[in-house]
Amino acid sequence: MIFVTVGSQLPFDRLTIAVDEWAKNSGSAVPVFAQIGISTYKPQHIDYCQTMTPDDYQSSLEKADLIISHAGMGTIISALELGKTLLLMPRLASHSEHRNDHQLATLKNFSHFANIVSIKDETELAQTLDKQLSEKKFYSNLETEVSPALINAIKEFINTVA
Amino acid sequence: MSSAEIKRKKVLFISSCGGHWKQMRRLEPAFVEFEKHFAATDASYYQFVIGQPFHYIPDASMWNKIRLIWQALSVLMLLIKLRPAVVISTGASVGFFALFFAKKMKIKTIWVDSLANVEQMSLSGSKVKPYADLWLTQWEHLATPTGPYFYGAVL
Repeated sequence: MIFVTVGSQLPFDRLTIAVDEWAKNSGSAVPVFAQIGISTYKPQHIDYCQTMTPDDYQSSLEKADLIISHAGMGTIISALELGKTLLLMPRLASHSEHRNDHQLATLKNFSHFANIVSIKDETELAQTLDKQLSEKKFYSNLETEVSPALINAIKEFINTVA
Repeated sequence: MSSAEIKRKKVLFISSCGGHWKQMRRLEPAFVEFEKHFAATDASYYQFVIGQPFHYIPDASMWNKIRLIWQALSVLMLLIKLRPAVVISTGASVGFFALFFAKKMKIKTIWVDSLANVEQMSLSGSKVKPYADLWLTQWEHLATPTGPYFYGAVL
């Protein structure tokens, strides 16, 4: 199953349309489920919903063979924790998809993880998706630990709490 | 009073939904001895912390002043009710309000700016500076000698 998620706060029609178009043209038997938030485009060729409860969201992530998302930290952390392939397409301010282009920087700084595949824009989605689906991947050693130095700094600070 | 009756100190984890929440939850190992309380801007988020106290705070954005005021008041009421020893947040406006009021109530405050802010501190993260007793970035290149400070990241 391919799980698409774009967060709940802002629309992301470019991604929703690109996945819907792929489903229409690819003839793939892989089912797709999309959480499209407040995107105005309503998909014709895939199952979708606007928002999900945390339980449903988590189980969709766990069931997914591949995740497609905007470059948001929530999905990035989830995909790392679960060791799933994650296709990321950044929201761009020029399309009014976010206040600024910070998702470009996010993408640049997290694309070194083996499970993360970045897509520049909607024109790259179909090809990248076909390629990823043809290669079943397993990730054994994604480094996702919280920095011990960060935890220690917080511990030391709260030790001063009377 | 027996030791069992001595109440554990409370920590309030408070943030908006999605990435902020996921990052904040990764900081829990620093608070093993605390009674943990959680607050987020989506009422269904109690599902992530079943069995632990959860408090819903109305959502708001910097663009809607009335909702922002309502959010701020909700945060203030929660702090008065809970009286935590420590408040920690990763963002955004809800975390700003929590640290703002907590500081005035002499509660210890911690801000850990989101990893999503690679090029500069978030809007809330920069405005919260005067109210954060511990003011952190997760990117070393954003750290300065006068803060924000860097010790590491949740990933």
